[in-house]
Amino acid sequence: MKRFILPLTIFLILTVFLGVGLHLNPHEIPSPFIGKSAPQFHLSQLGDTGKSVAPENLRGKVWLLNVWASWCGSCREEHPVLMEFSRRQIVPLVGLDYKDTRMDALGQLGQEGDPYVVSAFDADGRVGIDYGVYGVPETFVIDKAGVIRYKHVGPVTSEVIEQKLLPLIRELNRV
Amino acid sequence: MYKILLCASLLLHCALLMAATARPLAADPLLEKRMLVLTEELRCLVCQNQTLADSHADLAIDLKNQVREKLALGMSDQEVIDYMVQRYGDFVLYRPRLFAATWLLWFGPLLLLVAGLATLGWKLSRPKKPEELSQQDRLRAAQMLYANRSVAEKKL
Repeated sequence: MKRFILPLTIFLILTVFLGVGLHLNPHEIPSPFIGKSAPQFHLSQLGDTGKSVAPENLRGKVWLLNVWASWCGSCREEHPVLMEFSRRQIVPLVGLDYKDTRMDALGQLGQEGDPYVVSAFDADGRVGIDYGVYGVPETFVIDKAGVIRYKHVGPVTSEVIEQKLLPLIRELNRV
Repeated sequence: MYKILLCASLLLHCALLMAATARPLAADPLLEKRMLVLTEELRCLVCQNQTLADSHADLAIDLKNQVREKLALGMSDQEVIDYMVQRYGDFVLYRPRLFAATWLLWFGPLLLLVAGLATLGWKLSRPKKPEELSQQDRLRAAQMLYANRSVAEKKL
């Protein structure tokens, strides 16, 4: 009997490790940006090439940057959630239209509603790369000093908003 | 026959189309080579088990262009790697850096090997003691072998 104890223990330890591994999401890569200043950019607005969008214009406010594209399926999934969020007017929601065409993007916003106070147009995805975007949609929470505090990869759900974003926004707004 | 010809010509067209969409090359072949060596070391964020060099994901192609550009600007290999790590974290490195949290990753297999060898050595070095059979067991064994008690007793 005693000779089985060691293999059994090793097996159990392995099982625990593999079990935990099964429940991790390999697509959630810890962002190196948390706690760092949001990279600067100057992009034209999606709806108006004459006007620009820059993070520095939002200094002093807590705001969300939502990276999306008209070709992205999961962005459609989160779209109603964002609409509801923007209706509550808690913080400005800025869009970053990533590797898209103006026509497709504006068409979609026109059809389904525009949750963004303003959208920046990132045609070649360079700003996306500067923000370490690897899977649209991604959502960043940026504080009053322009520091990235949180990043959510994948569609935002109402649970994410209630449990992660809102508490954080409340805390950041208090500072 | 006609069908075969059609298939062949379609295949050929496929090949031509693929050739037409080949990745853009840097003008300088040396730079292109450096880019390839560098992107072999970087992980594609989309297809996570592929290197950037291997991957054809959109993001991988963009990042390869980015690497080309940075190299053309005169950045060193290390600077380009730092640029990537700044954006995507240590995750982009195929060869994880050596620090406290990655010691186990780097030396774990060696540790297991050493542990295995040590166990083996320990097991082998212990003198095997043959199990003592009692007189009774000997008799039982002999009985099974010879089926006859008197022969068995004689043999013993």
